[in-house]
Amino acid sequence: MNDPVTLYDVALSSRLLLGTARYPSPAILAESIRASGCEIVTVSLRREAGGARAGEAFWSLIRDVGVRVLPNTAGCRTAKEAIATAQMAREVFATDWIKLEVIGEEDTLQPDVFGLVEAARALANDGFKVFPYTTDDLVVADKLLDAGCRVLMPWAAPIGSGRGVNDAFALRALRAHFPDIPLIVDAGLGAPSHAALVMEMGYDAVLLNTAVSRAGDPVLMARAFALAIEAGRAGFRAQPMTPRDMAEPSTPIIGRPFDRLA
Amino acid sequence: MLARVIGAGVAGLCAAYALARKGVEVEIVERESAPGLGCSRFAGGMIAPWCELESAEPLVATLGEEALDFWSRELGIATIAGSLVVAPARERAELADFARRTRNFESLDAKAIAALEPDLAGRFDAALFFRQEAHLDPRAALVALTGRLAQLPNVTLHVQQDAAALATIPDWVIDCRGFAARDALPGLRGVKGEMLILRSDEISLTRPVRMLHPRRPVYVVPRGEGLFMVGATMIENEERARVTARSVVELVNSAFAVHPAFAEAEIVETGSDLRPAFADNLPRLLKRGHTLYINGLYRHGFLLAPALARRAAEVVVNDGYFPEVMDADSNQRAAAGCERDDVANAAGRTGVR
Repeated sequence: MNDPVTLYDVALSSRLLLGTARYPSPAILAESIRASGCEIVTVSLRREAGGARAGEAFWSLIRDVGVRVLPNTAGCRTAKEAIATAQMAREVFATDWIKLEVIGEEDTLQPDVFGLVEAARALANDGFKVFPYTTDDLVVADKLLDAGCRVLMPWAAPIGSGRGVNDAFALRALRAHFPDIPLIVDAGLGAPSHAALVMEMGYDAVLLNTAVSRAGDPVLMARAFALAIEAGRAGFRAQPMTPRDMAEPSTPIIGRPFDRLA
Repeated sequence: MLARVIGAGVAGLCAAYALARKGVEVEIVERESAPGLGCSRFAGGMIAPWCELESAEPLVATLGEEALDFWSRELGIATIAGSLVVAPARERAELADFARRTRNFESLDAKAIAALEPDLAGRFDAALFFRQEAHLDPRAALVALTGRLAQLPNVTLHVQQDAAALATIPDWVIDCRGFAARDALPGLRGVKGEMLILRSDEISLTRPVRMLHPRRPVYVVPRGEGLFMVGATMIENEERARVTARSVVELVNSAFAVHPAFAEAEIVETGSDLRPAFADNLPRLLKRGHTLYINGLYRHGFLLAPALARRAAEVVVNDGYFPEVMDADSNQRAAAGCERDDVANAAGRTGVR
């Protein structure tokens, strides 16, 4: 099935992006990446960077897997911090792609959408290709596009919660308002069925981390999500039937029920 | 037969002990001024083979069970008082996941928690209790082990000594240098860990308490005389001795969530070092000619060292072979990042035979 998704002029056949945090070991992480067939992994820099790029050993393990790296600014709390981290990421991974996170609330890790828009504009002006982690708010999404983003990454639920889609209406509204912008659901999914659901809604891709890395068997779960995403995407393209409300009476037959006519 | 053990951390001292007990002449060489000044010093000292199943492979628990007997009965330095695992009310899902991945525990309700640890009464409504697990003070344990070695006639200890500068060639080199052995083991990486030691007279705990949290799990290990070890961060970088403000805040916050009295505790010490790990986070005995590397103990130094030491001594004395830790298959070799020939060459370069 030739159905690529194009992110910033790069065509990808896998619609799954995988985070690299909190796996039992780098070996299991590498195996999970392979099992998922994903072509993009996100890597956090803020904390792992240390004083003098001390995270190099782990980063090179990830680079060795041979997939495209999307560095992120996880853990940044201000636009300024996120911009500095993005600049370092560009050097370390030799890429102008950046998954932009500006966290506004420590407990739920909810994005600070004001700082997010500010940082997105600065980075886009500086030549970055920005993948902003945002809420499902329509107006914020519009501002992010205005700031120069060409991909949006709304949450389904708070990071690491595994709840699945909290507000299906908001996600459908986003999809309907931005039919031509790649939309990637980032954060909050727990089970493969959650991923299938957002793909059936017409989302372009899914980013996962905790749902895979903290599963009992991360490698098997990576595969399960890959299958669900493929199924959900195919389901969307195949145009599902509209559900019927059988509680409403159908065309009435005068006099007696249809099945007793004979 | 003379065996030279390089590195007097928990792996080296346990190896020296196991070899000496088999009658081997043992020479321990340590670059620092005393044993136990490397990363072993910052360990939690929890001998918790079943708790570790939460994120470790079953092999870690299998090997770790041997450590309970070694530290509690043979050395008499560990206390078997169990481990208590709790979670904040909102993170009950973490407790369920932990229970699903581990074994040998009992589930406790609030009343049973209070009976075990009166100071935690009313703070948590559910816990897992791993009754057979133990804990020790790593520094006291290494002093005791060094003392035990000093009593053995066939063991010598050389401190502030660079092993590469020694002219004599022993029959065996047992390389227990931890992360410093990366010059010979390219697949080794360091995983940074930071810890605190707090002092509080307001709290008393009898056993290690682990508090689960999706981002900031913490354990508090009582060390006696009002001291508590609080650990530990797990960060994929290799800077050794830098404790960040963020990590201190997170560890203190988590300790505070275990018990609010920790807010008034004195910060006695902060520490940071690197856990030596291979890509699969599993330990290895790597035999290259007459050099045997004991490495990759990751966050399980005290838990794994006795079992690895015992196997190392068997390798040296009886040509033993232990496939579970001796790179039995190519996947293991690949995960260690060291194909046989590479390591043989690296060993050759450092001048050991």
